[in-house]
Amino acid sequence: MSHIVEMKSIRKEFPGVVACDDIDFHLKKGEIHALLGENGAGKSTLMNILFGLYQPDNGIIKLRGEVVNISNPNIANDLGIGMVHQHFKLVHNFTVTENIILGLEPTRGLTIDIKRAREKIIELSKRYNLNINPDAKIEDVSVGMQQRVEIIKMLYRDAEILIFDEPTAVLTPQEVQELTKIMHSLINEGKTIILITHKLREIMSIADRCTVIRWGKVIGTVNVSETSEEKLAEMMVGRKVIFDLDKRAASPAEEILSLESLTVENRDGGHGLKNFSLGVKCGEIVGLAGVDGNGQAELVEAVIGLRKPDGGKILLHGEDISNLSIRERIEKGVAHIPEDRHKHGLVLDYTVQENLVIKNYYLPPYSARGLLNWDNIYEHAERVIKDFDVRSGQGADATARSLSGGNQQKAIVGREIDGNPDLLVAVQPTRGLDVGAIEYIHQRLLEQRDQGKAVLLISLELDEILDLSDRIAVIYNGELVGIVNAAETDENEVGLMMAGGRRGAAV
Amino acid sequence: MVDLIYLLFPYAIAFTIPLLITSLGGLFSERSGVINIGLEGLMLMGMFVGALVISRIEGFTPGTAIWIGLLAAMFFGAIFALLHAFACVTLNANQVISGIAINMIAAAVTVYLARFITGSGNVQIIRGLSRQTIPLLSEIPIIGRLFFTQTYATTWLVLAILAVATFLLYKTRFGLRLRACGEHPHAADSAGVNVYLMRYLAVTISGACAGLGGATFIVTLSGEFNGTAAGLGFLALAALIFGQWKPWGILGATFFFGFASTIANVSQAIPVLAQIPGIYLKTFPYVVTLVALVLSSKSSQAPRAIGEPYDKGKR
Repeated sequence: MSHIVEMKSIRKEFPGVVACDDIDFHLKKGEIHALLGENGAGKSTLMNILFGLYQPDNGIIKLRGEVVNISNPNIANDLGIGMVHQHFKLVHNFTVTENIILGLEPTRGLTIDIKRAREKIIELSKRYNLNINPDAKIEDVSVGMQQRVEIIKMLYRDAEILIFDEPTAVLTPQEVQELTKIMHSLINEGKTIILITHKLREIMSIADRCTVIRWGKVIGTVNVSETSEEKLAEMMVGRKVIFDLDKRAASPAEEILSLESLTVENRDGGHGLKNFSLGVKCGEIVGLAGVDGNGQAELVEAVIGLRKPDGGKILLHGEDISNLSIRERIEKGVAHIPEDRHKHGLVLDYTVQENLVIKNYYLPPYSARGLLNWDNIYEHAERVIKDFDVRSGQGADATARSLSGGNQQKAIVGREIDGNPDLLVAVQPTRGLDVGAIEYIHQRLLEQRDQGKAVLLISLELDEILDLSDRIAVIYNGELVGIVNAAETDENEVGLMMAGGRRGAAV
Repeated sequence: MVDLIYLLFPYAIAFTIPLLITSLGGLFSERSGVINIGLEGLMLMGMFVGALVISRIEGFTPGTAIWIGLLAAMFFGAIFALLHAFACVTLNANQVISGIAINMIAAAVTVYLARFITGSGNVQIIRGLSRQTIPLLSEIPIIGRLFFTQTYATTWLVLAILAVATFLLYKTRFGLRLRACGEHPHAADSAGVNVYLMRYLAVTISGACAGLGGATFIVTLSGEFNGTAAGLGFLALAALIFGQWKPWGILGATFFFGFASTIANVSQAIPVLAQIPGIYLKTFPYVVTLVALVLSSKSSQAPRAIGEPYDKGKR
């Protein structure tokens, strides 16, 4: 079988890192080829080279047997290569049609021939079952439809090779199934697909072949039918990975956090939080599942005190804390692992030891009579670093910036858990981390629970929610859709609820 | 009362037109993603060039001098705006600071040159544009008297430009791409649109329009360049925001300013208005603008990428 794309010994260096280290990549016509690797492994860089966003330092690209020089995305378009970026490139106040034709507008005389464009789009939409409304404005349509608009954008440009960069990150499980169908119909029409992902299960269900990349090197290319999730994981990480968490049954006790009809208005045009009630008990992990932007941020900010609620109560140990300051809440036992560790978790240019006392530096033994006691701060940092396996070049004296993402996150987890909180609000605690660090953080969250503490876990990764939680609350449009026991539900049911379907609506 | 409106209307329109064309220029620039706070300076440049060119040649070609002057003002306005484009697009400078610099340079350069050339700092033209009453159309009851008597040719020119601009922005390839650059330049870039080129074009157009606006003010209302645009450029900028970055919104906003300013200007001569203290009339349009801006800020239609230098590498 002929190769439609051949990339030979592609090398790309960025200051301090070799993103692609002599990578060979072969794509067969008509296949779905997955590119698997952890964050920072170099898979996106490789595809950005193929799409013309970066120039390789070395190596050649052959397309249909001929050497090509793809110096910018326009050339890639002309060669029939299209890409759906992880962050969609759509103009929010343009219609679907306008977004698709932008840059390649059909004209009649001086004006754009919207009618002709519209017809071609409807035809494409029908042929590939994409089901889009060409006249809707982007800001009014769902994320799933926005993705389909991006797909039509490629098809409208007659792309043959379609690159999908982490396409499922923003979708509900049902939308993922829909996307899988679309991909297969694309293959039936003679297209070739490259799928960039770090999700093993998707590869097993969608892809034909898989190339695994680790530290900028190709570890191997395998036929998906001849491999398993475990084997792929091992190739990706470089060692055996334990999938099953050591999770005992929970023994929940009294309720510690109660949200009573909590309402938070959104000031940026999103959903906000409407009349939301939820209880979290000691000794349990409650997972909050939902598609991004459905009110999770408002909920978290209201609980930890970054935002004032517009209605309802937040009770901690039965006491209303909604008017307390953030510091007062911390002192009452609320800890928070923030979603964005750079923005809200760490002062990147402070040292690790400074970051580790940033919430309680004013208390003894870290300060006395208004002066910091550096010996105690250092000692505390050394202990947390040891307990939570934070690896840094210069130990407690390293700046937070110099740590890898995983170690930064472990430092935050260490700081929050070390304060011995009654309630831990963990938001996307493993975002962007490698498998090893994810395992570690999951274990620590379970430990917290087993010690009788309460954990409120907010995550966009449904697997994480299902694995860790004892109870799962689903949020949609800022409202509580329902609460289910983790042991009695599955991805399907929660997925439907995430799209707003009430419990029991699933067939 | 009705007579008063008939009397004021031609003046209000005359005052509206320079604002309208300048604001339209700002519309192009800002819709492409470049804030143009330099409208005041660009207008001043148009006033100076227009007045200078007309005053030099009106002795030889009295009829066409005015039109040559307007063209020259547009040309130099565009050239001067290229400076803003260069700073904002090529050098990724802060667009507000660059705009302020444009205003300061314009004020200094024009006054310096005017002094150098005329000695006094003022440049006067002998004959401005004459008012004309349009036959037939002016016979229409009410509307004929309001819109078609005592009009300037430039009024019709600018209104034609308004129509063309609307068509250009909403019906053509150029307009779609320009608006995409102001909302989501990365989307435009990945669709093969040259963001830098579009922004250069847009800022240059805004310079030409503001230059025309300045010169129009000279040939219709003031008759001389005296070293200041008297805040007209900023008023045009306010109208752009008040009009929510839309051509017809701008028409409404500039007409409102034009009418309100005219009332304030002539109030002393009209007994009914003279009873109201001048300060209220003079500040009225600005106070209304402030209130309107505060109220409309929640649903602001500002282009999303406005003020952001386009950086290809940032994704």
